[in-house]
Amino acid sequence: MKKIEAIIQPFKLEEVKAALKAIAIEGMTLTEVRGHGRQKGHMEVYRGREYQVDLIPKVKMEMVVMDARCEEVIETICRAARTGKIGDGKIFVYDVGEALRIRNDDRGESAL
Amino acid sequence: MKRCRLAASILAAAYPVAAQSDAALVAEMQKLKAAVAAAQSAGDNAWMLTSAALVLLMTGPGLALFYCGLVRKKNVLGTMMQSFIMMAVMSLLWAVIGYSLVFAPGTAWIGGLDFAMLRGVGAAANGDYAPTIPHLTFMVYQMMFAVISPALITGAFAERVKFNALLIYSVLWAFLVYFPVAHMVWGKGGFLNAYLGGVVPVYDFAGGTVVHITTGVSALVCALVIGPRRGYPQEPMKPHSLVLSFIGACLLWVGWFGFNAGSALAASSLASSAFVATHLGAAAGAVVWLVAEWLHTGRPSALGAISGAVAGLATVTQGAGFVVPFVGAVYGLAGGLACFYLVVIVKHRLGYDDTLDAFGVHGVGGIIGAMLTGVFATRAVNDALKLANGEAAPLGWVDGNGGQIGNQLIGVAIGIGFAVVGSWVALKITAALTGGLRMEAREEIEGMDLVLHGEEGYNLEA
Repeated sequence: MKKIEAIIQPFKLEEVKAALKAIAIEGMTLTEVRGHGRQKGHMEVYRGREYQVDLIPKVKMEMVVMDARCEEVIETICRAARTGKIGDGKIFVYDVGEALRIRNDDRGESAL
Repeated sequence: MKRCRLAASILAAAYPVAAQSDAALVAEMQKLKAAVAAAQSAGDNAWMLTSAALVLLMTGPGLALFYCGLVRKKNVLGTMMQSFIMMAVMSLLWAVIGYSLVFAPGTAWIGGLDFAMLRGVGAAANGDYAPTIPHLTFMVYQMMFAVISPALITGAFAERVKFNALLIYSVLWAFLVYFPVAHMVWGKGGFLNAYLGGVVPVYDFAGGTVVHITTGVSALVCALVIGPRRGYPQEPMKPHSLVLSFIGACLLWVGWFGFNAGSALAASSLASSAFVATHLGAAAGAVVWLVAEWLHTGRPSALGAISGAVAGLATVTQGAGFVVPFVGAVYGLAGGLACFYLVVIVKHRLGYDDTLDAFGVHGVGGIIGAMLTGVFATRAVNDALKLANGEAAPLGWVDGNGGQIGNQLIGVAIGIGFAVVGSWVALKITAALTGGLRMEAREEIEGMDLVLHGEEGYNLEA
């Protein structure tokens, strides 16, 4: 099992969700986050006082998938979330030691 | 002849009054006169009670929201309380002695004690000030001005002053600055009163000098004496909710109709004139600030628009009921531009922390409005001041009375003088009584809400 963590532009969220739904990936956890990589933030001005805002709003999607589907999911997210400009985000993939469905003690891939 | 008599007898039958004696006629006339006066009083009183409520609306929620949105969220309640508490404390102080010290007969500098504890202030009108409304209405309307004034100052020292220091300073400020200056300008026999026996006549329709110059200049004194917030200007201190500020500014704009149009003290055409001038002042202020900002920083901001509107309103206050309504737009343009320049450009070069720009908006706007009134005040709009021959007296430079500009300047100078000295003394006394005006460093970092009030404005997990 792999955990896929994708940090994407908020305005790309609906496209990514639709693309994942099209390949029958429906389980995911979303968090609104703030951060930045190479993308610089923006300037805000309040009554002439300038504020450099480095941390910009992003959406973090997390999902755990079977090993066999991992590449497909990563490609799907990339395709849907890409604009080609700086700030599109990142995807991280982790190995998952165990999964457990609280409702009925299912374990491993059958718990996904 | 016969026909005439016939007509008379028909008339007498139709109108019994005509057949009554002269004495009955006189009595009837007096009844009619009293009814007309009562009708006028009812109309005026309705407008003035409404205006009093509108001016209260300016402090809470208007100013409380405007200010609280501009601070960081750890200080939101503390900042709202600084306005709200004036609605309670200043109202009581006004009833106990403030009203008397401003409006009771006294010296040229301060009123007497005739109206202390509202003695003799009742349903009957006070002919000196507002002959068509109950004295009580006049008193409570003026009370709302005393409420908002110290609340305006709090913008200068937001996010760092202790609550007990705020209370003591505000009460002392009322005695040392507001009561004397308001008496001088508006009280009978006041040194600057244009109508009731003053020495140097100053035209201040709704408090450009009494409210905005005194509070704006006091704000600057406070900002300098108290010092900047810890971390200013290196640390970011962004406004936490411009949405709240936006609602507050809009409420200020609405409430200002009570402040300025209400200062006609009657539901008169003068009130309409002041109403329109006020509105145009706000509109022009908003537009000019926005345009200046657009050119200066490249973007027209929401905060710029509302700041400009408030600057225009503060500027037009002094002249609202003295100038041709369209000139209100001139006030807004001049005030908006000057306040923009001070707040956005000059303040950052000088480095003082007038946190919410109480001086930059009210002080600067007030001074400009006072001077413009010396230029534009005209008897064509306000003919209350009469010459010995019964004609309306010329008011400002446009009426050919260029000397009025000098009188307005004296008013401005006295307002500034009282604000500087009074505020400085009030701050020193307050510091001595409270062991320091400011919160401790650790407390200031933690925020006013938790440290001073034991609450939080936003309990999102609740």
